Amino acid sequence: MESQNKLAESIRGHHEGILKEWVDTQLTAPTLRLDLMKESELRDESREFLTLFCHALIGTSDPGAPAWKATKDFLAQVAKSRALRGFSPYETATFIFSLKQALFGLAGTVNKDGKNLFTDLWTLTQLIDSLGLYTIELHQKNREEIIQRQQQELLELSTPVVQLYENILALPLIGTLDSARTQIVMESLLERIVETGSIIAIIDITGVPTVDTLVAQHLLKTVAAARLMGADCIISGIRPQIAQTIVHLGVNLNDVITKATLADAFLVALQRTGANLGKPLAPKKD
Amino acid sequence: MERIPILKMGKVLLVTVQVDMHDRLAMTLQDDLTARIVKDHAHGVLIDISSLEVVDSFIGRMIGNIANMARVLDADTVVVGMRPAVAITLVELGLSLPGVRTALNVDKGVEMLKGSMEQRASANGHATR
Repeated sequence: MESQNKLAESIRGHHEGILKEWVDTQLTAPTLRLDLMKESELRDESREFLTLFCHALIGTSDPGAPAWKATKDFLAQVAKSRALRGFSPYETATFIFSLKQALFGLAGTVNKDGKNLFTDLWTLTQLIDSLGLYTIELHQKNREEIIQRQQQELLELSTPVVQLYENILALPLIGTLDSARTQIVMESLLERIVETGSIIAIIDITGVPTVDTLVAQHLLKTVAAARLMGADCIISGIRPQIAQTIVHLGVNLNDVITKATLADAFLVALQRTGANLGKPLAPKKD
Repeated sequence: MERIPILKMGKVLLVTVQVDMHDRLAMTLQDDLTARIVKDHAHGVLIDISSLEVVDSFIGRMIGNIANMARVLDADTVVVGMRPAVAITLVELGLSLPGVRTALNVDKGVEMLKGSMEQRASANGHATR
Protein backbone atom coordinates (compact mmCIF):
# COMPACT_ATOMS: atom_id res chain seq x y z
CA MET A 1 0.00 0.00 0.00
CA GLU A 2 2.70 2.39 1.11
CA SER A 3 5.03 1.68 -1.75
CA GLN A 4 2.59 2.39 -4.59
CA ASN A 5 1.55 5.65 -2.94
CA LYS A 6 5.15 6.72 -2.80
CA LEU A 7 5.53 5.64 -6.41
CA ALA A 8 2.49 7.67 -7.44
CA GLU A 9 3.78 10.70 -5.60
CA SER A 10 7.14 10.50 -7.33
CA ILE A 11 5.46 10.05 -10.72
CA ARG A 12 3.45 13.15 -10.02
CA GLY A 13 6.62 14.97 -9.01
CA HIS A 14 8.44 13.99 -12.19
CA HIS A 15 5.36 14.28 -14.41
CA GLU A 16 6.92 16.42 -17.12
CA GLY A 17 10.15 14.47 -17.20
CA ILE A 18 8.39 11.13 -17.55
CA LEU A 19 6.04 12.50 -20.17
CA LYS A 20 8.95 13.82 -22.20
CA GLU A 21 10.83 10.56 -22.03
CA TRP A 22 7.72 8.54 -22.87
CA VAL A 23 6.79 10.67 -25.86
CA ASP A 24 10.37 10.59 -27.06
CA THR A 25 10.34 6.80 -26.84
CA GLN A 26 7.15 6.71 -28.86
CA LEU A 27 8.48 9.14 -31.42
CA THR A 28 11.61 7.10 -32.03
CA ALA A 29 9.84 3.72 -31.99
CA PRO A 30 9.50 1.91 -35.35
CA THR A 31 5.76 1.67 -34.74
CA LEU A 32 5.26 5.43 -34.99
CA ARG A 33 2.48 6.24 -37.47
CA LEU A 34 2.58 9.97 -38.08
CA ASP A 35 0.65 9.30 -41.29
CA LEU A 36 -2.34 8.16 -39.22
CA MET A 37 -2.02 10.47 -36.23
CA LYS A 38 -0.55 13.90 -35.55
CA GLU A 39 2.31 14.38 -33.10
CA SER A 40 0.37 16.96 -31.05
CA GLU A 41 -2.49 14.48 -30.73
CA LEU A 42 -0.10 11.82 -29.48
CA ARG A 43 1.30 14.28 -26.90
CA ASP A 44 -2.19 15.17 -25.65
CA GLU A 45 -3.17 11.52 -25.38
CA SER A 46 0.02 10.66 -23.51
CA ARG A 47 -0.38 13.55 -21.11
CA GLU A 48 -3.99 12.67 -20.30
CA PHE A 49 -3.19 9.01 -19.80
CA LEU A 50 -0.26 9.74 -17.49
CA THR A 51 -2.43 12.04 -15.35
CA LEU A 52 -5.18 9.42 -15.08
CA PHE A 53 -2.63 6.68 -14.42
CA CYS A 54 -1.00 8.63 -11.63
CA HIS A 55 -4.34 9.54 -10.12
CA ALA A 56 -5.55 5.93 -10.08
CA LEU A 57 -2.27 4.59 -8.71
CA ILE A 58 -2.63 6.61 -5.48
CA GLY A 59 -5.62 4.47 -4.50
CA THR A 60 -4.60 0.97 -5.52
CA SER A 61 -2.35 -0.90 -7.88
CA ASP A 62 -5.05 -3.44 -8.77
CA PRO A 63 -6.27 -2.58 -12.29
CA GLY A 64 -9.56 -4.38 -11.60
CA ALA A 65 -10.48 -1.86 -8.89
CA PRO A 66 -13.09 0.86 -9.56
CA ALA A 67 -10.42 3.55 -9.13
CA TRP A 68 -9.01 2.48 -12.50
CA LYS A 69 -12.28 2.85 -14.37
CA ALA A 70 -11.50 6.33 -15.72
CA THR A 71 -8.12 5.11 -17.01
CA LYS A 72 -9.69 2.10 -18.67
CA ASP A 73 -12.43 4.20 -20.26
CA PHE A 74 -9.75 6.44 -21.66
CA LEU A 75 -7.90 3.40 -23.02
CA ALA A 76 -11.11 2.15 -24.59
CA GLN A 77 -11.41 5.46 -26.36
CA VAL A 78 -7.78 5.25 -27.51
CA ALA A 79 -8.26 1.68 -28.74
CA LYS A 80 -11.39 2.61 -30.65
CA SER A 81 -9.95 5.64 -32.37
CA ARG A 82 -6.82 3.69 -33.34
CA ALA A 83 -8.83 0.74 -34.61
CA LEU A 84 -10.84 3.09 -36.81
CA ARG A 85 -7.69 4.74 -38.13
CA GLY A 86 -6.20 1.39 -39.07
CA PHE A 87 -3.49 0.94 -36.45
CA SER A 88 -2.26 -2.63 -36.00
CA PRO A 89 -2.56 -4.27 -32.57
CA TYR A 90 1.24 -4.03 -32.20
CA GLU A 91 1.22 -0.31 -32.90
CA THR A 92 -1.65 0.28 -30.51
CA ALA A 93 -0.07 -1.73 -27.69
CA THR A 94 3.22 0.13 -28.04
CA PHE A 95 1.45 3.24 -26.76
CA ILE A 96 1.14 1.62 -23.30
CA PHE A 97 4.18 -0.59 -23.23
CA SER A 98 6.57 2.20 -24.16
CA LEU A 99 5.68 3.88 -20.87
CA LYS A 100 7.58 1.11 -19.06
CA GLN A 101 11.00 2.43 -19.94
CA ALA A 102 10.32 5.88 -18.47
CA LEU A 103 8.68 4.50 -15.34
CA PHE A 104 11.43 1.95 -14.72
CA GLY A 105 13.97 4.74 -14.97
CA LEU A 106 12.04 6.69 -12.38
CA ALA A 107 11.79 3.70 -10.03
CA GLY A 108 15.55 3.36 -10.30
CA THR A 109 16.21 6.99 -9.32
CA VAL A 110 13.67 6.93 -6.46
CA ASN A 111 15.04 3.74 -4.92
CA LYS A 112 18.69 4.63 -4.95
CA ASP A 113 19.35 2.22 -2.13
CA GLY A 114 17.64 -0.56 -4.09
CA LYS A 115 15.52 -1.66 -1.14
CA ASN A 116 12.07 -1.43 -2.69
CA LEU A 117 13.24 -1.50 -6.28
CA PHE A 118 12.04 -5.02 -6.98
CA THR A 119 8.58 -4.43 -5.48
CA ASP A 120 8.11 -1.22 -7.40
CA LEU A 121 9.22 -2.73 -10.68
CA TRP A 122 6.94 -5.69 -10.19
CA THR A 123 3.96 -3.46 -9.40
CA LEU A 124 4.59 -1.34 -12.48
CA THR A 125 5.16 -4.29 -14.77
CA GLN A 126 1.98 -6.00 -13.69
CA LEU A 127 -0.03 -2.82 -14.05
CA ILE A 128 1.23 -1.82 -17.44
CA ASP A 129 1.00 -5.35 -18.80
CA SER A 130 -2.59 -5.70 -17.76
CA LEU A 131 -3.50 -2.28 -19.14
CA GLY A 132 -1.69 -3.09 -22.36
CA LEU A 133 -3.48 -6.38 -22.78
CA TYR A 134 -6.75 -4.65 -22.02
CA THR A 135 -6.06 -2.18 -24.81
CA ILE A 136 -5.17 -4.92 -27.27
CA GLU A 137 -8.34 -6.77 -26.46
CA LEU A 138 -10.46 -3.69 -26.99
CA HIS A 139 -8.61 -2.90 -30.19
CA GLN A 140 -9.33 -6.39 -31.45
CA LYS A 141 -12.96 -6.12 -30.48
CA ASN A 142 -13.32 -2.83 -32.31
CA ARG A 143 -11.74 -4.30 -35.42
CA GLU A 144 -14.15 -7.22 -35.28
CA GLU A 145 -17.07 -4.86 -34.96
CA ILE A 146 -15.91 -2.98 -38.03
CA ILE A 147 -15.62 -6.24 -39.97
CA GLN A 148 -19.06 -7.33 -38.88
CA ARG A 149 -20.61 -4.06 -39.88
CA GLN A 150 -18.95 -4.24 -43.27
CA GLN A 151 -20.23 -7.77 -43.77
CA GLN A 152 -23.72 -6.57 -43.00
CA GLU A 153 -23.37 -3.72 -45.46
CA LEU A 154 -22.07 -6.07 -48.14
CA LEU A 155 -25.01 -8.33 -47.54
CA GLU A 156 -27.44 -5.51 -48.11
CA LEU A 157 -25.62 -4.17 -51.13
CA SER A 158 -25.05 -7.34 -53.01
CA THR A 159 -28.49 -8.69 -53.81
CA PRO A 160 -30.29 -6.54 -56.35
CA VAL A 161 -33.27 -8.00 -58.17
CA VAL A 162 -33.78 -6.29 -61.52
CA GLN A 163 -36.67 -6.43 -63.91
CA LEU A 164 -35.43 -7.16 -67.43
CA TYR A 165 -38.74 -7.10 -69.19
CA GLU A 166 -42.40 -7.54 -68.55
CA ASN A 167 -42.81 -10.71 -66.45
CA ILE A 168 -39.05 -11.37 -66.41
CA LEU A 169 -36.81 -10.79 -63.41
CA ALA A 170 -33.05 -11.23 -63.16
CA LEU A 171 -30.95 -11.83 -60.08
CA PRO A 172 -27.25 -11.32 -60.77
CA LEU A 173 -25.39 -13.02 -57.93
CA ILE A 174 -21.90 -11.82 -57.08
CA GLY A 175 -19.68 -13.37 -54.44
CA THR A 176 -19.89 -16.50 -52.36
CA LEU A 177 -23.27 -17.82 -51.31
CA ASP A 178 -23.64 -18.81 -47.67
CA SER A 179 -26.77 -19.66 -45.73
CA ALA A 180 -27.41 -16.16 -44.39
CA ARG A 181 -27.00 -14.61 -47.80
CA THR A 182 -29.14 -17.21 -49.54
CA GLN A 183 -31.93 -16.43 -47.12
CA ILE A 184 -31.83 -12.74 -48.03
CA VAL A 185 -31.47 -13.49 -51.74
CA MET A 186 -34.43 -15.86 -51.59
CA GLU A 187 -36.63 -13.44 -49.69
CA SER A 188 -35.91 -10.46 -51.91
CA LEU A 189 -36.40 -12.52 -55.07
CA LEU A 190 -39.74 -13.97 -53.92
CA GLU A 191 -40.99 -10.59 -52.78
CA ARG A 192 -40.12 -9.03 -56.12
CA ILE A 193 -41.86 -11.90 -57.91
CA VAL A 194 -45.07 -11.09 -56.05
CA GLU A 195 -44.62 -7.35 -56.55
CA THR A 196 -44.06 -7.52 -60.30
CA GLY A 197 -46.11 -10.60 -61.06
CA SER A 198 -43.20 -12.05 -62.97
CA ILE A 199 -43.41 -15.63 -64.16
CA ILE A 200 -39.74 -16.14 -64.95
CA ALA A 201 -36.70 -15.36 -62.83
CA ILE A 202 -33.18 -15.67 -64.19
CA ILE A 203 -30.53 -16.38 -61.57
CA ASP A 204 -27.18 -15.42 -63.02
CA ILE A 205 -24.21 -16.96 -61.25
CA THR A 206 -21.44 -15.48 -63.42
CA GLY A 207 -20.10 -13.66 -60.36
CA VAL A 208 -20.14 -16.65 -58.04
CA PRO A 209 -16.51 -17.78 -57.78
CA THR A 210 -17.08 -21.39 -56.73
CA VAL A 211 -20.05 -23.68 -56.59
CA ASP A 212 -19.87 -26.50 -54.05
CA THR A 213 -22.62 -28.81 -52.89
CA LEU A 214 -23.81 -26.30 -50.31
CA VAL A 215 -24.10 -23.44 -52.79
CA ALA A 216 -25.87 -25.74 -55.25
CA GLN A 217 -28.28 -26.79 -52.55
CA HIS A 218 -29.00 -23.15 -51.71
CA LEU A 219 -29.65 -22.42 -55.38
CA LEU A 220 -31.98 -25.38 -55.70
CA LYS A 221 -33.89 -24.24 -52.61
CA THR A 222 -34.42 -20.82 -54.14
CA VAL A 223 -35.60 -22.40 -57.38
CA ALA A 224 -37.99 -24.69 -55.50
CA ALA A 225 -39.46 -21.81 -53.48
CA ALA A 226 -40.00 -19.73 -56.63
CA ARG A 227 -41.65 -22.70 -58.32
CA LEU A 228 -44.01 -23.12 -55.38
CA MET A 229 -45.15 -19.57 -55.93
CA GLY A 230 -45.71 -20.20 -59.60
CA ALA A 231 -42.60 -18.70 -61.15
CA ASP A 232 -40.01 -20.60 -63.15
CA CYS A 233 -36.30 -20.11 -62.59
CA ILE A 234 -33.49 -20.27 -65.10
CA ILE A 235 -29.92 -20.55 -63.86
CA SER A 236 -27.48 -18.84 -66.19
CA GLY A 237 -23.86 -17.83 -66.30
CA ILE A 238 -22.44 -21.25 -65.61
CA ARG A 239 -18.76 -21.20 -66.45
CA PRO A 240 -17.08 -24.30 -67.92
CA GLN A 241 -15.18 -25.11 -64.72
CA ILE A 242 -18.34 -24.77 -62.69
CA ALA A 243 -20.23 -27.09 -65.02
CA GLN A 244 -17.45 -29.63 -64.49
CA THR A 245 -17.56 -29.23 -60.72
CA ILE A 246 -21.33 -29.59 -60.61
CA VAL A 247 -21.22 -32.86 -62.52
CA HIS A 248 -18.27 -34.20 -60.51
CA LEU A 249 -20.06 -33.39 -57.27
CA GLY A 250 -23.12 -35.26 -58.50
CA VAL A 251 -25.43 -32.29 -57.99
CA ASN A 252 -28.75 -32.89 -59.68
CA LEU A 253 -29.75 -29.88 -61.76
CA ASN A 254 -32.01 -31.86 -64.08
CA ASP A 255 -35.22 -30.18 -62.95
CA VAL A 256 -33.85 -26.70 -63.53
CA ILE A 257 -33.37 -24.95 -66.83
CA THR A 258 -29.71 -24.02 -67.12
CA LYS A 259 -28.11 -21.78 -69.71
CA ALA A 260 -24.52 -20.80 -70.35
CA THR A 261 -25.10 -17.07 -70.62
CA LEU A 262 -27.61 -14.52 -69.43
CA ALA A 263 -28.42 -13.68 -73.06
CA ASP A 264 -29.48 -17.27 -73.77
CA ALA A 265 -31.59 -17.34 -70.64
CA PHE A 266 -33.23 -14.04 -71.55
CA LEU A 267 -34.10 -15.40 -74.99
CA VAL A 268 -35.77 -18.46 -73.45
CA ALA A 269 -37.63 -16.23 -71.01
CA LEU A 270 -38.89 -14.03 -73.84
CA GLN A 271 -40.14 -17.06 -75.74
CA ARG A 272 -41.83 -18.42 -72.63
CA THR A 273 -43.65 -15.17 -71.91
CA GLY A 274 -44.57 -14.79 -75.57
CA ALA A 275 -42.88 -11.39 -75.71
CA ASN A 276 -41.55 -10.00 -78.93
CA LEU A 277 -38.81 -7.43 -79.05
CA GLY A 278 -39.64 -6.54 -82.64
CA LYS A 279 -36.28 -7.21 -84.23
CA PRO A 280 -35.56 -10.68 -85.52
CA LEU A 281 -32.24 -12.22 -84.60
CA ALA A 282 -29.54 -12.11 -87.24
CA PRO A 283 -29.24 -15.56 -88.82
CA LYS A 284 -26.22 -17.46 -87.61
CA LYS A 285 -23.44 -17.99 -90.13
CA ASP A 286 -21.64 -21.29 -89.84
CA MET B 1 -68.60 -27.30 -38.43
CA GLU B 2 -66.23 -24.99 -40.22
CA ARG B 3 -65.66 -25.84 -43.87
CA ILE B 4 -63.72 -24.38 -46.73
CA PRO B 5 -66.17 -23.52 -49.53
CA ILE B 6 -65.75 -25.14 -52.95
CA LEU B 7 -67.17 -23.10 -55.82
CA LYS B 8 -67.98 -24.49 -59.24
CA MET B 9 -67.21 -22.41 -62.34
CA GLY B 10 -68.01 -24.44 -65.42
CA LYS B 11 -65.66 -27.38 -65.47
CA VAL B 12 -63.42 -25.85 -62.84
CA LEU B 13 -63.68 -26.09 -59.06
CA LEU B 14 -62.42 -23.10 -57.11
CA VAL B 15 -61.15 -23.56 -53.58
CA THR B 16 -60.22 -20.43 -51.67
CA VAL B 17 -58.53 -20.88 -48.33
CA GLN B 18 -59.48 -17.70 -46.44
CA VAL B 19 -58.70 -18.84 -42.91
CA ASP B 20 -55.70 -20.37 -41.28
CA MET B 21 -55.79 -24.08 -41.98
CA HIS B 22 -55.78 -26.44 -39.09
CA ASP B 23 -55.42 -30.17 -39.38
CA ARG B 24 -59.10 -31.09 -39.17
CA LEU B 25 -60.04 -28.43 -41.72
CA ALA B 26 -57.48 -29.81 -44.17
CA MET B 27 -58.81 -33.35 -43.75
CA THR B 28 -62.37 -32.14 -44.35
CA LEU B 29 -61.26 -30.25 -47.45
CA GLN B 30 -59.59 -33.40 -48.76
CA ASP B 31 -62.84 -35.38 -48.38
CA ASP B 32 -65.07 -32.61 -49.75
CA LEU B 33 -62.92 -31.82 -52.74
CA THR B 34 -62.42 -35.41 -53.90
CA ALA B 35 -66.16 -36.02 -53.57
CA ARG B 36 -67.00 -32.85 -55.53
CA ILE B 37 -64.56 -33.65 -58.34
CA VAL B 38 -66.26 -37.00 -58.88
CA LYS B 39 -69.76 -35.58 -58.51
CA ASP B 40 -69.30 -32.57 -60.80
CA HIS B 41 -67.00 -34.26 -63.33
CA ALA B 42 -64.57 -31.38 -62.86
CA HIS B 43 -61.64 -31.13 -65.25
CA GLY B 44 -59.75 -28.51 -63.32
CA VAL B 45 -59.16 -27.48 -59.73
CA LEU B 46 -57.81 -24.14 -58.62
CA ILE B 47 -56.62 -23.88 -55.03
CA ASP B 48 -56.03 -20.29 -53.93
CA ILE B 49 -53.87 -20.06 -50.82
CA SER B 50 -53.02 -16.35 -51.03
CA SER B 51 -54.54 -15.74 -47.59
CA LEU B 52 -52.64 -18.59 -45.99
CA GLU B 53 -49.94 -17.13 -43.78
CA VAL B 54 -48.87 -20.01 -41.59
CA VAL B 55 -48.04 -23.55 -42.65
CA ASP B 56 -46.55 -26.50 -40.84
CA SER B 57 -45.28 -29.74 -42.30
CA PHE B 58 -48.71 -31.39 -42.07
CA ILE B 59 -50.56 -28.62 -43.91
CA GLY B 60 -47.76 -28.49 -46.47
CA ARG B 61 -48.08 -32.20 -47.10
CA MET B 62 -51.87 -31.93 -47.24
CA ILE B 63 -51.69 -29.24 -49.92
CA GLY B 64 -49.46 -31.54 -51.98
CA ASN B 65 -51.68 -34.55 -51.31
CA ILE B 66 -54.90 -32.77 -52.23
CA ALA B 67 -53.36 -31.56 -55.47
CA ASN B 68 -52.11 -35.04 -56.30
CA MET B 69 -55.46 -36.65 -55.45
CA ALA B 70 -57.25 -34.24 -57.78
CA ARG B 71 -54.81 -35.18 -60.50
CA VAL B 72 -55.46 -38.87 -59.96
CA LEU B 73 -59.15 -38.10 -60.43
CA ASP B 74 -58.22 -36.59 -63.81
CA ALA B 75 -58.62 -32.95 -62.84
CA ASP B 76 -55.72 -30.61 -63.59
CA THR B 77 -54.78 -28.84 -60.41
CA VAL B 78 -53.10 -25.50 -59.93
CA VAL B 79 -52.08 -24.09 -56.57
CA VAL B 80 -52.02 -20.30 -56.81
CA GLY B 81 -50.90 -17.31 -54.77
CA MET B 82 -48.49 -18.91 -52.35
CA ARG B 83 -46.82 -16.24 -50.22
CA PRO B 84 -43.01 -15.91 -50.15
CA ALA B 85 -42.82 -16.77 -46.45
CA VAL B 86 -44.91 -19.89 -46.98
CA ALA B 87 -42.82 -20.96 -49.97
CA ILE B 88 -39.58 -20.54 -47.99
CA THR B 89 -41.02 -22.49 -45.06
CA LEU B 90 -42.11 -25.37 -47.27
CA VAL B 91 -38.70 -25.56 -48.96
CA GLU B 92 -36.93 -25.48 -45.60
CA LEU B 93 -39.21 -28.29 -44.45
CA GLY B 94 -38.10 -30.26 -47.50
CA LEU B 95 -41.56 -30.14 -49.08
CA SER B 96 -41.03 -28.80 -52.57
CA LEU B 97 -44.33 -30.40 -53.71
CA PRO B 98 -43.07 -32.13 -56.85
CA GLY B 99 -45.73 -32.66 -59.48
CA VAL B 100 -47.93 -29.84 -58.23
CA ARG B 101 -48.50 -27.04 -60.72
CA THR B 102 -48.34 -23.53 -59.38
CA ALA B 103 -49.20 -20.03 -60.56
CA LEU B 104 -48.69 -16.56 -59.18
CA ASN B 105 -52.34 -15.52 -58.94
CA VAL B 106 -55.85 -16.67 -59.80
CA ASP B 107 -55.69 -14.92 -63.18
CA LYS B 108 -52.62 -16.85 -64.29
CA GLY B 109 -53.96 -20.04 -62.75
CA VAL B 110 -57.22 -19.84 -64.70
CA GLU B 111 -55.23 -19.15 -67.88
CA MET B 112 -53.13 -22.23 -67.21
CA LEU B 113 -56.21 -24.40 -66.65
CA LYS B 114 -57.85 -23.06 -69.81
CA GLY B 115 -54.74 -23.97 -71.78
CA SER B 116 -54.62 -27.50 -70.46
CA MET B 117 -58.37 -27.96 -70.97
CA GLU B 118 -58.09 -26.84 -74.58
CA GLN B 119 -55.29 -29.33 -75.03
CA ARG B 120 -57.47 -32.00 -73.51
CA ALA B 121 -60.36 -31.08 -75.86
CA SER B 122 -58.17 -31.26 -78.95
CA ALA B 123 -56.70 -34.57 -77.80
CA ASN B 124 -60.22 -35.94 -77.33
CA GLY B 125 -61.09 -34.63 -80.78
CA HIS B 126 -58.20 -36.59 -82.26
CA ALA B 127 -59.23 -39.68 -80.37
CA THR B 128 -62.82 -39.63 -81.63
CA ARG B 129 -61.89 -38.94 -85.21
